[in-house]
Amino acid sequence: MTAIARRIFGTSSFYLAVTLLVVFAAFPFYWMLITTFKTDGDLYNLQSVPYWFNAPPTLDHLKYLFTQTLFLRWLGNSALIGVCVVVITLVTALPAGYSLARMPGRAAENLGIGIFLTYLVPPTLLFLPLSRVIAWLDLQDSLWSLVVVYPTFTIPFCTWLLMGFFKSIPREIDEAAIVDGCTVLGAFVKTILPLSVPAILTVVIFAFTLTMQEFVYALTFISSSDQKPITLGVATDLVRGDIFYWGELMGAALIASVPVAIAYNLFLDRFISGITGGAVK
Amino acid sequence: MTTITEVVRENLRPRYLLDRTSFVGPLLVAPAVLYVVLLVGLPFLLAVYYALSAYSIFDPSYRFVGLSNFHDVLASDIFRRTLVNTFVFTIGSQIIGLLLGKIGAMLLMKEFPGRRIARALIVLPWAVPVSLATLAWVWMFDSLYSVINWTLVALGLVDVANQPQWLGQPDLAMAAVMTVHAWRLFPFGVILFLAGFSSVPKDVLDAATIDGAGFWRRNYQIIMPMILPIVLIAVIFGTVFTFTDLSVVYLLTKGGPINSTQVLGSLAFQVGILSGDVSHGAVICLFLFPFLLVAVTFMLRFLRRREI
Repeated sequence: MTAIARRIFGTSSFYLAVTLLVVFAAFPFYWMLITTFKTDGDLYNLQSVPYWFNAPPTLDHLKYLFTQTLFLRWLGNSALIGVCVVVITLVTALPAGYSLARMPGRAAENLGIGIFLTYLVPPTLLFLPLSRVIAWLDLQDSLWSLVVVYPTFTIPFCTWLLMGFFKSIPREIDEAAIVDGCTVLGAFVKTILPLSVPAILTVVIFAFTLTMQEFVYALTFISSSDQKPITLGVATDLVRGDIFYWGELMGAALIASVPVAIAYNLFLDRFISGITGGAVK
Repeated sequence: MTTITEVVRENLRPRYLLDRTSFVGPLLVAPAVLYVVLLVGLPFLLAVYYALSAYSIFDPSYRFVGLSNFHDVLASDIFRRTLVNTFVFTIGSQIIGLLLGKIGAMLLMKEFPGRRIARALIVLPWAVPVSLATLAWVWMFDSLYSVINWTLVALGLVDVANQPQWLGQPDLAMAAVMTVHAWRLFPFGVILFLAGFSSVPKDVLDAATIDGAGFWRRNYQIIMPMILPIVLIAVIFGTVFTFTDLSVVYLLTKGGPINSTQVLGSLAFQVGILSGDVSHGAVICLFLFPFLLVAVTFMLRFLRRREI
């Protein structure tokens, strides 16, 4: 009898712990969701239980967001920045990763580690001088400044990821192509790249999500509303003076978060093996 | 008869150059290296120069002033407060984050219905863009309509008239900022610990159990030493992201009230960008550097050991 009781107690405390942790992690997102669809009267009513709708849900906040704010423009800006950064990252990181994987000797290994370590250099250290560099390039207050700067953290991470991947492709494959008359470059383009589609896809997703996560550089370089990426625009432009438009704010945050969260979840394991330098399979 | 010059000339033709790995190799890495050197290395040197000069947006003269900016910064009470805050913030949120990370991983190691959904939900705080996720907390800590306070009042834990002002009282504000950062980082801990736990061979654990090792012994004498490298990675990345954070603090409190949550990143932003005093801002940023150097050294040792 006591054994059964203990078992029931054990199982229920296990589920209690899981539930508590999940609530801690996910409640803010639930809160975003419910705030988005609550009427203002319901949001600012302290008498009723706030966890659920006390008045019928409304689409007013979303309507306002899409028609009266620059929300769509910010989404577009973020997408544009993301695509450009992904292209720059692929063009530089693919050849670099390949070369570092195939180059013989300690020098290549050290160079690879050196590039990866720059991923640890935070925006907080560089935003002041980089804002000067942006001014020299005449890109102040333009979303193109972010296109120029974001590859500084996507290239190191993606080069590292790709280097690990290319190392796992047998050297014999490119050697065979070279024997058959390809140049080194030709061998890379014709035999290695087609084998690398999964790795390239991973890099695309990561470069894009890393771009979406960034906030410091955007905050520093851009002040015009119509140039802002979504993360900055929502955080700064939906607050007028001291008035927060909570319904709109939460709706905007939610809509922008969902795709990033899904992409991240799908590619999580690869991200981990990249960040731990292949220590974890 | 071919002379030596002809052979050399032949080897220098483009087609032959493209065949030589010793030429193509560096050519392929060059763009990536150049990008990093130009937009990470050079700006860093520029930051050092700013720190040593009298540069501000009002006086763009780059006049060399030596270490006097460092003197100014070190003499400022706000800076010293900020330095202490940064350490409190980093260590505090790391401890909470790692603890929750370990607990979360231990829970998720077990197979149970809904495990995948639980994992996906737990990963959310880390996956979602930081500025957007933090906004939800700003709303939850709202001075009038805080859902946290509503719950506390409903449970009878606090009085309606004396509700805590999470972002308005110095100690509470620090606790709030730390909690949000730990919240954001702990999924990363969960995932890394999970990866570590599943890399421990089952037979080792079984053997230990048969030999009489209990739960704690298995945990601290077998599992922990085996997954130490992964824990180390979690700690390095976690501390670097926390120590240099600016977003969470900026969005929640902007460093206030009265600098009680000011950290190096937010102070540098305030001084260097908002007040336009670039030199002093650069000095504050450079205080991040020794810390980063330590982190990089640890990371290097780890990456090198992996080779052997």
